[in-house]
Amino acid sequence: MEKNSHSWLESNTFHHSEFWDLLKLIEEKERKGLKVSLCIPTLNEEKTIGKEIIIFKSELMTRYPLLDEIAVVDSGSNDQTREVAASFGAEVYLASEILPEEGDRKGKGENLWKAIYQLKGDIIVYVDADITNIHPRFVYGLVGPLIYNDQVQYVKAFYDRPLAFSQGIRPSGGGRVTEILVRPLFSMFFPELSAVIQPLSGEYAVRRPVLERIPFPIGYGVETAHLLDVYREWGMDAFAQTDLDQRVHRNQTTIALGRMSFGILQTFLHRMERFGMIKELGELNQVYRHFEAQDRHYHLKERLIQEEERRPMIEVPAYQEKFSVTP
Amino acid sequence: MSGKATGKCREAFMDEAWSAAVEAAVAGATSHRETVASLKEVLLANLVMVGEIPAETFKEEKRVRFILDRFREAGLDKISTDEASNALAVLPGQEGKRSLLVCAHLDTSFDEVADHTVAVETDLIRGAGIADNSLGVAVLCSLPSILQALEIRLKSDLILMGAAQGLGRGNLHGMDFFLDHHRGRIDAGICVEGVDLGRLSYQSIGMLRGEIVCRRKGSDLGAAPMSAGAIEPLAEVVRLIEEIPVPLRPPTTITLGAMTAGNTFHLAAPVGSLRFEVRSAKVGLVATIQEQIEEIVTRVGLEAGVDLSLEVIARRRNGGIDFGHPLTATTRRVMQALAVTPKVKPSVGELSSLIARDIPGVTLGITERAPDHEGREGVRIEPIFSGIAQLVAMLQAVDAGVCDGEEQS
Repeated sequence: MEKNSHSWLESNTFHHSEFWDLLKLIEEKERKGLKVSLCIPTLNEEKTIGKEIIIFKSELMTRYPLLDEIAVVDSGSNDQTREVAASFGAEVYLASEILPEEGDRKGKGENLWKAIYQLKGDIIVYVDADITNIHPRFVYGLVGPLIYNDQVQYVKAFYDRPLAFSQGIRPSGGGRVTEILVRPLFSMFFPELSAVIQPLSGEYAVRRPVLERIPFPIGYGVETAHLLDVYREWGMDAFAQTDLDQRVHRNQTTIALGRMSFGILQTFLHRMERFGMIKELGELNQVYRHFEAQDRHYHLKERLIQEEERRPMIEVPAYQEKFSVTP
Repeated sequence: MSGKATGKCREAFMDEAWSAAVEAAVAGATSHRETVASLKEVLLANLVMVGEIPAETFKEEKRVRFILDRFREAGLDKISTDEASNALAVLPGQEGKRSLLVCAHLDTSFDEVADHTVAVETDLIRGAGIADNSLGVAVLCSLPSILQALEIRLKSDLILMGAAQGLGRGNLHGMDFFLDHHRGRIDAGICVEGVDLGRLSYQSIGMLRGEIVCRRKGSDLGAAPMSAGAIEPLAEVVRLIEEIPVPLRPPTTITLGAMTAGNTFHLAAPVGSLRFEVRSAKVGLVATIQEQIEEIVTRVGLEAGVDLSLEVIARRRNGGIDFGHPLTATTRRVMQALAVTPKVKPSVGELSSLIARDIPGVTLGITERAPDHEGREGVRIEPIFSGIAQLVAMLQAVDAGVCDGEEQS
């Protein structure tokens, strides 16, 4: 790892407990005149969404006004997700009804992108809806570095709760896709970015001027694209990362992780081409293939995975008008 | 039960001042409900957070820390814990002439490795120990905010207590320790349980919990496949306990709760144990049954040639206030105003400790229990607001002097 990565790790890696003093955090937020919005993207999350709304609304709006709004942006759930969220006081939006003139795509990235238009915050913090051990730290731990440090633009979560280690050194890092795909790619092509401990974590907080200027893949590649684009435009010092201790959530099957890796790889290769690091990449195959077996018969399953991208929000006329900005 | 209110009490209850206090409490109950409902997310957030902190009896420290933090944030006085791991704080009253105690036992029967994840649905909340008694603790934590939202300033000092070490072998140690060491007078107490809304406990039932342990004698424990082990003597104890005559009225029960012995197929069990509970509404009958069980243990031990011993784990004495006591009567009036049907049931919980010290008290439930799902208990959200409105109304009634001059039976 380059020398810069070591110093970045030291200076830009935090633990959520550094921001536990919410009164102080809110005082600084108000002094700087910042508004903070929470966006929870959902698709069929009725089992966990209620708890998230209750915790965030009580602890970070009613008791300590760190958040100015809590919004659920839903992809069209066919369970009770929207009803449950609304019953506990969240503002609930259907992604398809935000900027309808821009069309409707399906994917988490679509919800995150449309939230930039819908929400009013100077900082938007994104938290996934499937976290079963939800706690206010998931928000204040990510927002804290942005409120205290004007240079930081983008804060990623990572989760590191060691059990018992007899020696001082222990392995630490991300999930299977991170360690098998993303970190090797970063190590090879963007060594500084390998200092981001969990590049694929779904929880992050970002300043609006950055969010509105980066494109959004609507599928699996959104987190990877963000890292590459922010790194290229604003450099490593724009990032920070916060240890949120532990995240309990659903585990995905290996097959699902394969599809995810396929989408991420598309995004990554397209970025390399865009950055001039690969020439004549050509058209990539967008069909992911894997096997299913029944007795001694093997079936090839095919699934189309297209990593479509939304343009930077600042290029959308309705956004320019609403927020009085120009590209 | 032998309890009856004194003549003085009956007369006093009828006087105008007390009637006015009752009417004010009843009138307040219905109007409180809406304000309490407006604090839904604060209350439910406390419930989720309390419910996700393991608090097995004797291991309540993490939950105590959470409660004390909540008390601190609410600006309460005398925030402290004690040698029994209780969580304590005082909301000072305008006059401070009386002291009212609101307590909720904070321990659960779930150990730390149990799944403590709380799930929130539209109309109910599920989780390990959510009904018994995470909801009671959440109400305790939320009470300062609720009183503030209702703009209620009590004249009396309000002592808020998360009572530790109450269940099982805890045997109400937290509550007993507090009451034995508290330097001031406590004029009345309300114990808060998660379920069931309508619960009205004002008497303690006589109760004994014991464990009979059987050990084979000698040094060859478990070595001789054909030799008698601990199971046969315990089976004989069970047979003889079942022969003890138990009256239907007043209600009396002997429950054999758990029996464990041995580990293998082919070796006689070297050690075994039998846990039981005796309950009776008849004064003195529990002690009589205890003597009979002790006799059985001695006899079977000698006849079978094994070490057989009885350990008393917990004991409660009969007592409490009368059905016509102003505290009980006012509770029923408040419930009626809230369209809640009273469910009278004796207590073996913290109320027993109050009763043992002649402190008038009741135990109230907060909401309805939802049917268990995959072994996880649940509580309904909507009735919680009535349950809390009831609690606040009762605090106002006691604050106004409903219990003044009363005596226990």
